Amino acid sequence: MIRHFDPFVLPFIVGFTFLLTALAVLYSRWFIQLEAGSHPKILSAFFSLKTLNAIKEVFLECLIHRKIFKINPMLGYMHMSLAFGWFLLILFGKLETFIYTGRFANAIYYPIFFRFFELNPHQSALLNFFNISMDLLLLFVLSGVCLAIIKRFKSRVTGLKQTTKHTAGDRWALSTLWLIFPLRLLSESLTAAFSGNGSIITQPLGDFLGSFLPAQQLAYISWWGYSVCLGGFMAALPFSRYMHIPTEIFLIFLRNWGIFTNKKYSGVSNFELHACSRCGICIDVCPVNNESGRRTTQMVYFLRDLREKKLKHSITENCMMCGRCEQVCPVAIPLTTQRQIQRDKSMQKPFSDFSYLERISYNANEPKTEVLYFAGCMSHLTPGIRQSMIKILEASGIKYSFLDEKGPICCGRPLKLSGKTEEAQILSEKNRTLIMASGAHTLVTSCPICYKSFKEDYHLNIKILHHTEFIDQLLVKKQIAIQRSDEKIAYHDPCELGRGSAIYNQPRQIIRRVGQLVKHPDERENARCCGGSLANLSVTTSERNEIQQSVSSYLSSQPCDIIATACPMCKKSIGRFAEKPVKDIAELVASGLDESFMNEKAIKNQKYNELIFE
Amino acid sequence: MDNNDFSLSVALAAIEPSFAWCIGCGSCTATCSAAQFTEFNPRKINLLIQRGEVAAIKQELKKCMLCGKCQLICPRDVNTRKIIQNLKRIMQ
Repeated sequence: MIRHFDPFVLPFIVGFTFLLTALAVLYSRWFIQLEAGSHPKILSAFFSLKTLNAIKEVFLECLIHRKIFKINPMLGYMHMSLAFGWFLLILFGKLETFIYTGRFANAIYYPIFFRFFELNPHQSALLNFFNISMDLLLLFVLSGVCLAIIKRFKSRVTGLKQTTKHTAGDRWALSTLWLIFPLRLLSESLTAAFSGNGSIITQPLGDFLGSFLPAQQLAYISWWGYSVCLGGFMAALPFSRYMHIPTEIFLIFLRNWGIFTNKKYSGVSNFELHACSRCGICIDVCPVNNESGRRTTQMVYFLRDLREKKLKHSITENCMMCGRCEQVCPVAIPLTTQRQIQRDKSMQKPFSDFSYLERISYNANEPKTEVLYFAGCMSHLTPGIRQSMIKILEASGIKYSFLDEKGPICCGRPLKLSGKTEEAQILSEKNRTLIMASGAHTLVTSCPICYKSFKEDYHLNIKILHHTEFIDQLLVKKQIAIQRSDEKIAYHDPCELGRGSAIYNQPRQIIRRVGQLVKHPDERENARCCGGSLANLSVTTSERNEIQQSVSSYLSSQPCDIIATACPMCKKSIGRFAEKPVKDIAELVASGLDESFMNEKAIKNQKYNELIFE
Repeated sequence: MDNNDFSLSVALAAIEPSFAWCIGCGSCTATCSAAQFTEFNPRKINLLIQRGEVAAIKQELKKCMLCGKCQLICPRDVNTRKIIQNLKRIMQ
């Protein structure tokens, strides 16, 4: 083995050893920090299909970059050529040396600097095939490097309006990474010029360069440069965004084994944090960025600041928590969870006194109520929604009660989103008691914020429905009927209902019964944030208005007569600036109720139960 | 008047300029979820801060549920939740 040695390989060996040591230390530390109960879970999942699934996902996402291809083919090609191309270079290089030497174990650097050590041209057809393949693969990777350089200066080529601002570590790693492959091409070509061991690209290029340059001397310098860049890149990797290359692989395995970040920051959160490649795909979709021009708060920067331990509270706070970034993230990092954890951490001791709620009780009379309606704070400011729901409930003939008719107790989600989980629990506990005292089997709410809160934090053992789900059921079961009109209706998905609770179909099914559903580009998972979000405590009024204006003008420009939504907050936000009428689905249904059907079916209901203030 | 503490008023206006836009219409108080159940008056809190009578508001602030109705109703677009949130942070 010593026969294949030259001092120029040392920078590579140093960099590589450093990288392996750093990764071993970091990963074992994070692995130990995993939440209690994770380790047995991994053990039991290790020898199962989950591991095979993880391998498949690693191939598709880490090498092929399938998700990025879906976002933009050019961007996908760039990532694939670098990742998959480099992987194949390593693989083919290893195979070539294996066939050449007949030994599997060679010095780690031997395949990388193969053409420096073995100057004789290959004799066998098989080895020549490898030589040609290696040249083509290098070309493949270089095309990715070219795209990456173009992207840095003109990001629109790859479908991104804006690309990420880099840190010093990133720039160092990026420069060395860009230099690695051109230097490899140069070294191999110059060596081919005097030895003739090149192939379809390196040989002609080498012959050309050798015709006017001292190839042998320059080749040696170039091999040094190549080794230094490789070593430099590997040494910089743990401090740069390229940490995502090894980390994403581990994250995919952990995820497939069922290990996620829960409510607390743990070892897996570290894997998530370092798996961010700072690709910047989250920047363009962020409502705070697009409409308000603030480029410090997006997830890519949030995670970077968190990683470098210089995260400011104002950054953590300045987010709508609309979840659009999470939806497009090619690494599928649970971004809003990460931010929520930081919000929870930054809060001081509870500062509230809700003792006035103790006086409120629920007077449950006979007969028992079936459906309990909770309008929510925001619906009280959109009386149209509240009244429509009452009209629909009356028409359905169901025995219902209106829990917060005299005014709602906040569901607690706004406090929770601001990091005040303990205080939010006081509110949810109170509401929970009132809800359970009603004896209803179904809880219906008009507010997606309350809905998400009920579903996630209340641990109720009754059915929880958003009013779109409830109305859809009523229509399907023919408990109400509506008259269809010809009006064209575009539906705006509220964040908390769509991305937050995965309710996309019921609102659309209702709209198809009311009128014509108009499709538009930014719907379902790609729906925009209306700007009204209660999750952002730092955005200024004018910034908020810009977001509201932008989404309103987008929706107004769709070929529709009515803009429909299913959230009082969205209705208010869009309604302020929209040029077309904005209606909640409940309002559309209530105004289209078939009166003749009602007269036969509806029993005049009384509200049986109500809140009592002592 | 000489004993009044205007530092809070100045600090708040620096954090959130819309603090000064309030016309005292009382919409926030009329719509407030907490005010349905107890004595709680966002308008009065604003007035007390502007007058520099800050001692009285600490206990009052604790009643806010942060639901955001006041912000939605405000005709002057005052960023009420941001103000309350920062007030809580300062007073804590």
